[in-house]
Formats: sequence, structure tokens, C-alpha cells
Amino acid sequence: MLSRTADNLFWLSRYVERAEYLARILDATQRLSALPLAYVGSSNEWESAVLTAGCANAFFKQYEEANEENVTDFLAFSTANASSIRSCFELARSNARAVRTALTVEMWDAINGTWLELKRYGNGPASREEFSRFLRWVQESSLRYDGSAYRTMLRNDAYWFSRLGVYLERADNTARILDVKYHLLLPDNERVGGPLDYFQWAAILRSVSALTAYHWVYRDSLQPWLVADLLILKEEMPRSLASCYEAIVRNLDSISGAYGRQGPAQRQARGMRARLQNSRMDGIFQRGLHEYIGEFITENNRMGAAITEQFLL
Amino acid sequence: MRIRISHATTYRYDTPPNSVIQMLRLTPRNHNGQYVVSWRVDLSEDCLLHQHEDAFGNISHFFTAEGPFRELSVAVEGEVDTHDTKSVVSGAVERFPPGMYLRETALTQPDAAIVDFADSARTGTGSDPLGLLHGLMTALNREITFDIDPTQSSTTAAEAFALRRGVCQDLTHIFIAAARQLGIPARYVGGHFYRVDGVTAQDAGHAWVEAYVEHLGWVGFDPTNGIGTTEAHVRVAIGLDYLGAAPVRGTRFGGSGETLKVAVHVDQARQQAQN
Amino acid sequence: MSAAFDEMKEADGGVRPAYSELSRWLKEVPPDVLDYRRREAELLFRRIGITFAVYGEADAQERLIPFDVIPRIMSGAEWRLLEKGLTQRVKALNLFIKDIYGAREILRAGVVPDDLVFRNPAFRPEMSGQSVPHDIFIHIAGIDIVRVDADTFYVLEDNARTPSGVSYMLENREIMMRLFPELFARHRIAPVENYPDQLLATLKSVAPERVARDPNVVMLTPGVYNSAYYEHSFLADKLGVELVEGRDLFVKDEFVYMRTTQGPRKVDVIYRRIDDDFIDPLTFRPDSALGVAGLMSAYQAGNVTMANAVGTGIADDKAVYSFMPAVVKFYLGEEPLLKNVPTWRCREEEHLAYVLEHLHELVVKEVHGSGGYGMLIGPAASKIAIEQFRLKLKAAPKNFIAQPTLALSTCPTCVEQGVAPRHVDLRPFVLTGSKGTRIVPGGLTRVAMKEGSLVVNSSQGGGTKDTWVLDG
Repeated sequence: MLSRTADNLFWLSRYVERAEYLARILDATQRLSALPLAYVGSSNEWESAVLTAGCANAFFKQYEEANEENVTDFLAFSTANASSIRSCFELARSNARAVRTALTVEMWDAINGTWLELKRYGNGPASREEFSRFLRWVQESSLRYDGSAYRTMLRNDAYWFSRLGVYLERADNTARILDVKYHLLLPDNERVGGPLDYFQWAAILRSVSALTAYHWVYRDSLQPWLVADLLILKEEMPRSLASCYEAIVRNLDSISGAYGRQGPAQRQARGMRARLQNSRMDGIFQRGLHEYIGEFITENNRMGAAITEQFLL
Repeated sequence: MRIRISHATTYRYDTPPNSVIQMLRLTPRNHNGQYVVSWRVDLSEDCLLHQHEDAFGNISHFFTAEGPFRELSVAVEGEVDTHDTKSVVSGAVERFPPGMYLRETALTQPDAAIVDFADSARTGTGSDPLGLLHGLMTALNREITFDIDPTQSSTTAAEAFALRRGVCQDLTHIFIAAARQLGIPARYVGGHFYRVDGVTAQDAGHAWVEAYVEHLGWVGFDPTNGIGTTEAHVRVAIGLDYLGAAPVRGTRFGGSGETLKVAVHVDQARQQAQN
Repeated sequence: MSAAFDEMKEADGGVRPAYSELSRWLKEVPPDVLDYRRREAELLFRRIGITFAVYGEADAQERLIPFDVIPRIMSGAEWRLLEKGLTQRVKALNLFIKDIYGAREILRAGVVPDDLVFRNPAFRPEMSGQSVPHDIFIHIAGIDIVRVDADTFYVLEDNARTPSGVSYMLENREIMMRLFPELFARHRIAPVENYPDQLLATLKSVAPERVARDPNVVMLTPGVYNSAYYEHSFLADKLGVELVEGRDLFVKDEFVYMRTTQGPRKVDVIYRRIDDDFIDPLTFRPDSALGVAGLMSAYQAGNVTMANAVGTGIADDKAVYSFMPAVVKFYLGEEPLLKNVPTWRCREEEHLAYVLEHLHELVVKEVHGSGGYGMLIGPAASKIAIEQFRLKLKAAPKNFIAQPTLALSTCPTCVEQGVAPRHVDLRPFVLTGSKGTRIVPGGLTRVAMKEGSLVVNSSQGGGTKDTWVLDG
């Protein structure tokens, strides 16, 4: 297939995934900030949301203060922010339009319908209720797109490239949450803080839709190192780094199987997966959680560059 | 006169490109006033060089060089014997009737000012086309100040005329626009000029006009120097305008920070082959 | 202007045979049902996303062309007449293009004036001496036809550059079959759905001769912002070929390749929907970002075929058009089967004088114009508009031609007041490959939706209809 087509599919999926992630962050932040101060401490949750979204520099160029109004506008509706939910959906749609013939009707309907409906929300929510509805709608739109891709696409390179976009973006998102919130996850003796953090842990899990999963996996109350374990190493947890890399390797293998050729992208993905498989939480804590996550984000970016280099140019 | 020419175009890149594709019109052909004794094209990269004759009869070369490289140079070198033909060019490859060279192009589209300029040249010299063309050349040479700063290769005749400044390309474009406006077929000639003042190093190639005069044929006018073409002019390529005769047209894929250096040397060869 | 020819009704009110079933059906079907189907059709079009952009409108990306649910019908005999005429016309056009870029015999014979060719912006000197596979230059032609009476078809315009509209022909038929199965059951209508197959076969048949394997055909689009992008993606999909943009292609050593996820792949035939000016920045406009650098070198080396060939646009020129009867005779030694609309060439003094005197009754068009822009319809224009146009015409007479106002035939059309006759034209699509010329029966019927209007262009509020050619 055309490199540009593959590139468009890859980014289409990334943008949709990113929009959903932003909605989850905003949702979790809204909940946290609604709690009495006594339960969450004095940290600025809205600033933390901007950090987690990875656009703090751009944000503070435009605003002085990270409050609910500014952050909501910037992360959800701003046209100046190329990574706002609105921009993500618009970019997703323009990528989709450029590769109409590579999409199934259902996928086109999903993304085009989302884009049309986006206009209904205008430049921002009239109320918190409406904003909550908006966030739910974003998540549902993403699920609809994802589901239509999963259920209707031929299992060929077009599908595999679009999945690669999903998993690469997802790995990046999960890693970013961990990068911002890592201090909450450090073992007890290494950090300051206390029972207040319970709601923060819950918020982290919520932003990767893993709150229920946590209880099923560990059958325990929220423990920070288990939260970290779930998000980094548990392959059965769909948004964990390990799970994302299991999927990246699988899709790259499918591509190299069909093309009868392997390259640097495959090798790098396998290497990263092996590292995740061979890691254990106590080892990670020993080396430093923050360093581990920082390295992962760099490696994951390199992974994206390798895929682009090998297939998409 | 035996003229020795070397013409090197060198590109340097901050970030090396993935590839570069170029079309060259750097190779002269023979006509009654010029004979190419020797000529060669050298590229700094190993790649295939495809030679063609374009629709106007120019020799063109194409190549695609695969990067990465920090520098790319395209150099031609050779010797040409010339003799004076009183500016009349005959025996050249002609693929079109003269009337084709009345076409308007984007670079030679006359504006009201050029139309006025052409009309005033007519009133000054009457209807004899040769006199008219000489008048045009003299007027242009007087009115336009040679200046390499304000114009580029994409500057149109009208823009340059408004500035009253420009390089040989601009003067040639204005001349062509005015001549065609007067119903005289005119074309762009890219080539080299041997300077009698002894300056051999030049920053670029030269350009002038050929206009078609009934009963005489194509006649060369060099408005930059204000003279008809002589044995000091070596004709390389013709076109409707600069774009049709451009020495190099190309595109680069990837890479950035490109700088370009052109070095031209035109000198008399040490030994005259004939007297 | 005489009364327009009504394709359904005879002068005495009787119904012409081709329309007899439709006329019966129109009487049976309640008006609200027709209206309901019309809205349903619009919904379907919107869902498919069949849209076009009108230049100069801000929110133009998503406009629909009005679709009229009442089909336009031709008898088999009428179609056969037209088919023969179209085949003859395109054959002559092809020979003309080959000649002006080759031996130039028609110019030497003085049939067409030199300067009309050599000074024409659509003439490409770069194509001179260029040979193309099987001597075919115009692979896809859209010939605009109008009808003025029972036996007379006029050619209004030849489109040999990149004619568009065929997606509407195909989609209109699809939608009609979904909405009116009962109406189809009552007729025997020649199918059009094989057009994409015929187009692909045509394109493959003109691949460079050295291509032994199955040729790789691609469709080259300027991109999503082009007004006809929908059609490009629709056709690429139907043909099963890659829809590429200039940046997807590159030239190396005079072969064209596309960038794929599996590395470069050679391209043999390019169905290009980009104008000559933009296809190769090394040969044409240097500022074009839409084209492929070096494409012309691969083309001139015979390593890739472009459809249509470069430089065919000169056939679209309306001054060249005016010579077509003589062109047909010159190359084929036959009388033209399709008439030309009588045309005054304003480049000629006598013609210009006549035109200036009769502006109020003539249609004046730009020779290079298309899409109904920049034209004057004398009988419908205000005095001021005519005087303004007069100045324009005097300033650059060679840019204009003039024609009498034709009484375009009418077809029953769904309008607000019910069913009423509206003026129509027809664009059949003529394919020419190594095995000859093929035309799917019918084409795109365009209809002026406003009462009395003769402007059928979609950019000016015209609509489309399905075109039925009856079997037998």
C-alpha cells in the first residue's frame, strides 16, 4: 500500500486514541477537584492535567493560571492547541478523508459522524453537566471508531498500521500519566504523603479505565506499587505498557509476515517487549521509577520514528 | 575565437537530502557561428546521467542522485570555437516556426508600462524591424540599471521594468515582452559571454535575446551589454523565457539549509585552433 | 430564440414513444411520493459524501449538486446516432492532437491557422515530437452535447483535458435503482455500471509497450482540497487502483515509482486529474507542489503513459472548436455527423464587428473558459452587463467567441411547483484505447433547475439527472 495511506491510517488512529485519553484525564481531574481539599491535598489538579497531557509549555504560553476554565478550554476545545480534543478529531477526520478508500463505510461513518457532531458542542460547555456529557461522548466516539475498525476492516496491512497507531499512542499516554504521578506510586518509605493519595490512585486508574480491572486482578485495596505494576507490567491490562508492546510486536509481525521482510522497527519492538517481560516491579523501583518511565517515553518515541522510517516515508 | 568555459554549480546542505533530481541545460550545440570542440558534464555523485534533446532542440540532461550527501556539484567544462556572423544565427536546430515565439509566458507578459515602452520605441524608429530592435535594445540598456540585488529568477518582465533594475535575465525578459508586443518573434538565450576587459570569473551565466527578422532570420541582441551578439557569445540553450532555457531546474527530497554557489569562468583558450 | 424542443411531449401534446412508460408512471404516482423520494435521494447522496466545492465560497467543502429524480430518456436509435457521431468526433480530435505535435499537416494545409495553435496557451511546445503508445492522446473525452430538435444534436464543447462528472453518472444510476425499482422493471435500460471496467481496460491497453506484466495503473489527484476530489477517490476505488498525490510518486532514472510500505513500486500508467501546468515543476510551473519532479522526462522516455496525454487541452479551446467540422473532413474525409454550433471568432475582424452589433442576442464565451464562468448570455443580460462585457470584449477580442442562443431541449423535471420542463444538456464519456473507442450508453445529463435558465453548470446551480438509453 501507499506509504502515505499507511501514514494517514496510523495517525488517524493515534488522534482518535489521544482524544479519548484527553477526555479521561479531564474526567478524572474534574472528579478530583470536586473532592474536599482534605481528601486530595493542596496540589493543583488542573495543572497536573496539563502536565499529563504533555502540553504544559504551550499552555503556559497562552495562560497564566491553570484553572478549570483555562484547562478545559485548552485541552478540549482550543483550536490553538494542536492536541486538543477538537483538534484531534479534526485531524483524524482530515486524515480519514485523505484515505477514504482505505476505510470501511462504518469507519468513515464513525469518524465523519463524530466530526459533524463536534460542531454541536461549539466552543465550550455551557455547564459542568454538559461538559460531562461531552467527555462521555468523546469516549463513546472513540469506542465506536475502534469497534468499527475492529469489526469491519480486512486483516491486512491497512488494519495493522492503524492498530500500530492505537498502541503506540496508548503506550505514550499511559507512560505520561505515570511520569507525572510517579511520586504517588513510590513505596511508602520513599515518599511523603499519606492516606490522601488514595483518591489520586483511584484517579490514575480511572484515567486509564482500569479501576474495576484493578480489583479483579489483585483482589486487594489500592496499593501504589500494585497500581504501578498494573499499568506497566500486566499484559492482561489493555492499557499497560506491556500489553501495548505485546500488540505492537504482534502487528509488526503480521506486517513482516505479509511483506516477507523484517527491519529495524520489528527488532526494536521485540527488544522493548522483552525488557517489559523481564522486568519486575521491585527492580524498577530499585533503579528508579521515574527514570524507568522517562526512558520508556524516549524509547517509545524512537519506536514511532522507526516505524515511520521503515514504512511511512 | 576559441573560448574556454567552465561552469560549476555547488549545493551545500546543513541536513543532507534523501535525493535530488535535476534537469540540466548546460551543453551547447553547433550552429554556423559556433563549433563545440570539447564538452563534458561532471557530477560529484555517482548516478546515471540521461541525455535528451528537448522540444526546442536544446541538449538536456537528467539525473537523480541518492543521498545522503552534504554537497552536490554539477560542473561543465569545454571549449567552443566561435566566429562573428554579424549577430545572425543560422544553422541552429529549429523545431518551431518563428511565429511560435510570439507566445506569451508568465515571465514575459507585458503590462501597460511595457506596452507603452514598446510603442514609443516604434515611434522613435519607424517600421524597419532591425532598426526597431536596435532602438529597443539601446533604450533598454539606457533605462535599466544593472543590479543583482532586487530581482530573482522568478521576477517577471513587468516587475523588473517597474524597478528599472535587474540582471541580464530581466533585461532579456523585458526585451522579449516588448518585441512580442510589437509582433516580432523573440526568444530567450542562455549562454556565456567572454569579456574583453579580461575579467574571467563570473557569478552566473549570461542571457540575451534572439529576435526574428524577415529575410535575415534570427538575430542576437544583448541588451545588458547594448550590443548585437558577437563571437564573444556562446549560445547554450533557447526557450520562450528563462524557465525554458534555465541551466538547472531541480527538486530536493528531504534535507534543509541549502546554500548555492555558482562559479563561471570564461576565458580565451591559449591556443587558437584557427586564424 | 425559437421554442425549445420538449424531449417528452410532441408539439400537439402527444407523448414521444421513449417517454410513454415514464409519462404513464408520472400520472400514477402521487406528488408527495415523488417529493419523498427526492428527499430520500438527497439523504443518500449526503451519506455517501458525494460533494463538490465551488471556488470562491468559504464553507464550500460540503455542497451537494441537486439531483433530479426524473430520468432523461433516449431511444436506442437516437443513441446509436449519437454514438457514431461521438466516435467520429473523438477520432478526429485524436488525429488533430497527434498532428499538431507531429507533422503539423493541418497547419501546412492552412485548414487551421498556425497562430491559433502555436500561440495557444493550451498548446504545449514541450510535447512536440513526442510519441505516445498507439498514437492515442485523448483516452477519456467528455463531449458536451445539446439537442435542438428531433434529429439534431450539436456539440457544445469538447473536453479533452480532464473531464469530470462520470462519478455522478454512476451514482445517479445507483440511487435511481434503489429508489425506483418499479420504474426500472417497466423499462429495458442499457447499463452504465461497467464504465470503471472499461476505463481500467482502456488505461491498461495504453501502457508503455515494454511493460510485459500487468501494468500498474494509478490515479493522480491534486488532493482533498480539489473540487473533484470525491470523484477521484470514488473512481480509484471502483477501478481498484491507488489514488496517489504528487508526493507519493518520484522519478528515478526516467522511471516513475510510488512510495509504498514495501518500498518503491514502478508505475506504468497515470490517470492524472491534474492540469498540465502542475504535473512537473521541472518542466512546467516551478512553484507547483502538486506534481512530480521529472515526470516529463519519464514520459518523454516512453516509460510511463499519461492519460490524457499532456497538451490535449488545446482541443477544449473554443476557437479551435469552431474549426472542428473542417478538422473532421481533413483527417477522415467524412462529413461530421454531429453539428457544431455556428461560432463567430472574435479574433477575426469581420466576426468581431458582427458580434459587437448583436451582443444582445448572442452567447459570448471565453475561448479558454469552462464551467460557465466569464460568459455573457445576451438575451438574459441587462443593458449594463452587456455594455460592461462590450468593453471586455474590445480589450481582448481574441479571447472570445460568440454563438447564437440555442434553444436547449427540455426534460420533465421535479421542481417546487410539481413536474415542469427544464433545459438539459448531456456529457457522454468517450474512452479510447488500443482496441478502439467505447462509450457507455448515456452519460451525465445536466439540468438548469431555474425556469428558463440555460446554464446547466453545477457551479452555477445546475443539477443532474440519470440518463437512460432504452434497449432496442
